[in-house]
Amino acid sequence: MLNIGNMTFESNLFLGTGKYKDAKTQLQAVEASETEVLTFAVRRMNLFDSSQPDPFEQMDVSKYRLLPNTAGAQTAEEAVRTAKLAEVANMCDMIKVEVIGCDKTLLPDPVETLRASEQLLNEGFTVLAYTSDDVVLARKLQELGVHAVMPGASPIGTGLGIINPYNLSHIIEQAEVPVIVDAGIGSPKDAAYAMELGADGILLNTAVSGAGDPVKMAEAMKLAVRAGALGAEAGRIDKKFYAQASSPLGGLSI
Amino acid sequence: MQITLNGQLQNIENSQTVADLLEELQIAHKKTVVERNGTIVIEEFHQQEGLMDGDRIEIIHFVGGG
Repeated sequence: MLNIGNMTFESNLFLGTGKYKDAKTQLQAVEASETEVLTFAVRRMNLFDSSQPDPFEQMDVSKYRLLPNTAGAQTAEEAVRTAKLAEVANMCDMIKVEVIGCDKTLLPDPVETLRASEQLLNEGFTVLAYTSDDVVLARKLQELGVHAVMPGASPIGTGLGIINPYNLSHIIEQAEVPVIVDAGIGSPKDAAYAMELGADGILLNTAVSGAGDPVKMAEAMKLAVRAGALGAEAGRIDKKFYAQASSPLGGLSI
Repeated sequence: MQITLNGQLQNIENSQTVADLLEELQIAHKKTVVERNGTIVIEEFHQQEGLMDGDRIEIIHFVGGG
């Protein structure tokens, strides 16, 4: 169970809608993931090329909570504009604040992310802030009042997994709002690991859409997120330096 | 009249309003948001919102993304 703002989700997996090879695969992957939240982008319509596909053509979006991102924005003002465009179209249950500050790493601009989050909170949006794994920045976003912080596991689209579990653990430990690990997830083990570290959810896109079999991977991610969440609830054993036998040492018959 | 439509100069002959323009572009049935000179025109006002020579019109939609 995941609570964000006034919404409650059974699934801890949020899915992006980018880069699927076709609409049918996307639809099947979304269904296999059992996600309740879809992410997408807001763009100028390509009016001069009618062949541009509509990612939601075959989808009943009313079945999902919609989490548009502000990708493409480089300033707080651009992010706020994007959020408002999505809101007037009734396509915005929550806004993913994404203000990129570096073309090579696609890492977020911390200053503009804070400014955009503050403005959108003032406008009454449910704000989920995509951030780096910076512990202090995550705390400052939380202090602003964002409804969830979304630290990247590693840069967008790299599939490098969790490159700084130490920072991520601190973000999770200090969190008073849900922590959704967003970006950089490569395989199910990354998703399970993030949940085991205590994350409240995972947002991923390329790991599924770019997989050899996206539909199968969507199911794998669903199971990985569930496995990691259960593991975190159960509590793992301490790591020990020396071996400790699982079988009794007494009563040997040999 | 000449308007800048999604960044391109276009001659619009048959459209007097935002609603007309969406019809002329054959996208009235699609989920879009229109900005006229930097201000959002909500759907209820598409019929009333007149176009003028020199307008900057942006038509926004939703695409796949993460």
